[in-house]
Order: sequence, then structure tokens, then C-alpha cells
Amino acid sequence: MEILLTLLQLFGTFFVIGLFTIGGGYAMLSLIQGEVVVNHAWLSEGAFTDIVAISQMTPGPVGINTATYVGYDVLAGLSGSPVIGVIGSLVATLALVLPSFMIMLLIVRAYTHFSHNPLFEGVMGWLRPAVVGLIGAAAVILLLRTAWTGCTPHVSIVRENMTDWKSWCLFGGAFVASYWGKVGPILVIILAGVAGLLLY
Amino acid sequence: MKEKVSLWRLFLVFSKIGAFTIGGGYAMIPIIEREMRRREWIPEKELPDIVALSQSAPGLLAVNISIFAGYRLRGVKGSVAATLGSILPSFLMILLIAMVFTAFKDNPIVQRIFLGIRPAVIALIAVPMIHMAQKSNKTWWAWLISALSLVGVAFLGFSPIYILLVTLVLAFAVTYYNERRRRG
Repeated sequence: MEILLTLLQLFGTFFVIGLFTIGGGYAMLSLIQGEVVVNHAWLSEGAFTDIVAISQMTPGPVGINTATYVGYDVLAGLSGSPVIGVIGSLVATLALVLPSFMIMLLIVRAYTHFSHNPLFEGVMGWLRPAVVGLIGAAAVILLLRTAWTGCTPHVSIVRENMTDWKSWCLFGGAFVASYWGKVGPILVIILAGVAGLLLY
Repeated sequence: MKEKVSLWRLFLVFSKIGAFTIGGGYAMIPIIEREMRRREWIPEKELPDIVALSQSAPGLLAVNISIFAGYRLRGVKGSVAATLGSILPSFLMILLIAMVFTAFKDNPIVQRIFLGIRPAVIALIAVPMIHMAQKSNKTWWAWLISALSLVGVAFLGFSPIYILLVTLVLAFAVTYYNERRRRG
């Protein structure tokens, strides 16, 4: 009974987080922390920080990874069974995605419908260059910020991307390979991982 | 979009994209650009539109991009297939770590691999930005918008959503005014 109730709470919590996160994964982390650590006290501060660090290192969006991990830990901890933990991670992950799904379907339908409207085309003519700037900003932030501090003083995750001159060589090499060499991004990532293993 | 893409294929391609999206939604853009271009699934001109609208909606950028692209290819079923595909690899990996490999983040080999991957991911994010700029920035005006949004987010700390909102309102006002004047 307690397990079922927690599953429901988990669903509700992550649904609301998915609905109110605007601005991507890092904005989401402080919401998740507020609910999971402070409000429901499902996990300790330290456990949550570990989960976030692992979520950053594994592939996939940080927010999804954190939800999956939290869902597993909360339910497996409560029930002592890994199977129920898996159910918890499924519930948390799907609940997080569901609001985006509903809203994005409306947006993409409107896009399909209006894409030949001159007013819409005119507005997109402004938004496209803005997006170019946003992507550039994402790259600049990742390059220059040596440590990312979480939205609350409790969670601070050091996220050092450029540690020394070797990082800059890897950055330059990856750029040349991808831009001029037309090497696919997946191959670049694999090669960079191998290079990291050899260089450090 | 020459022929109808099968849902299974869509799922597989997006799980490949998901497996190599390391470090947040923007890291997905180079991989999605490459896959869409190679398969001629989505016209290149549409990519910045997908990013703009996905960034404006609540939720995670990578998930929203999958929903959008999946829908453009195969409707609602396509968006379900693409989204499940893009979250499946990380879902399995996180479960594996949570169940058996809890010391993952302190493993020295893992740490060395990531020291190599992180700088490369940043370079990879820059490449589609240049491609998009070449396609959509045809006037000095467009370059000014790009520069302002880059500085606004990277150096002044504005959230991307505010940049898009302000751009949207201005764009709408100017375009509407021009359209009316054109019609007289």
C-alpha cells in the first residue's frame, strides 16, 4: 500500500516538474532537489548529489537520467526489491516526459499548419538567428565556466570541461575533424574518449 | 521526406542519437543534424525551427526535439517512437549503474574517458551553429540578433527562454507592421 502511494506521489511530482521546467535540464535539477530531498525527504542531500553527478556523465538528458535514478532509488529503498525499483524509475521517467509530449504535439501541429503563412515565416526569420546565438552561448558557457554551481547552495557540482592544454587540443582536434574533416559526431565522441584514456 | 520512414527505424535512429547525447540537450544537435541530413528526413532549413520551438516549450530540449522531429516524420506514432528511442539507452544505462555499478563516477577509467569527451562535445556543438548561421543569417540584422542572443545568455546570464520570448514579440510586431504596410 505504501509502495503504491509512493508510486502515485512519484508520478505526480515528476509530472509537475516536467510541466514547470522551462529552460532545460539544469533548471530542472533544483526543482527535483526541492521535491525529492526537501519536500518528500525521499533521498538524502549526499545521495542526490551523487545521482546528479552520475546523470551528467552518462548519455542522455540530465533531467531524464536524474528522474530514472531517483525513481529507482526511492522505490528500491522502500521495498527492498530491484523489480519495484525498475517500476519506480519507469513511472518517474514517463511522468517527466508526459507534459512535454502534450504541449509539443500542439506546437508541432501549429507549425505544420502555419509553416507557409507569411507572418509565421517572418517571425521564424528572427527566431532562427536567435537560435544560432543560443547554441553559440551553450558552447561558450561549457568552454569558459570551469565549475557549475547548482541553483541552491546545497547542490554544487563541479563540472570542469577544460582542465588543461590537452583539453584545448582535444577541442581543436574535434572541431577540425567535424567541420573540415566531415567526421561524424558519434565517431568524434568515441575517438575523444579513447584519446582521454590515453592522455590522462 | 521522400518515403515513409518505418516506426522501428525511427526508434533505432533516435536510440543511436540518445546513446551519444552526452552533456545535455544541445549536445544532441550535432548528432541529429548529421542523421537528418544523411537520411534526408527533415529539410535542413527546418532544424533551427525545431530547436527554437523545442526550447520554448516546457520540459527537456532533447525530449522536445525528439517529439517534434518524430511528429514531422510519422505523426503522433512517430513522436512516441522517437521519444522512447532517445530515452531508452540512458534509461538502461542508469538502471545498470543504480543496480550494480554504484561506484561508476569514481572509477578512474570512466573519469579519463570523460576528460577526453567533454571538450570534443563542445566543439561538436559549435559546428551545427556555423552551419545554421550560414543558412539563416543572410543580413546584418540576422547577425546582430545572433550576437545579442549569444551575449545575453553566455555573458549576461539571461535564460534562453526570455531571449526567445523577446525576439518573438519584436519579430511579430515588425513582421505584422511590414505586412500591413505592404498591403497598403
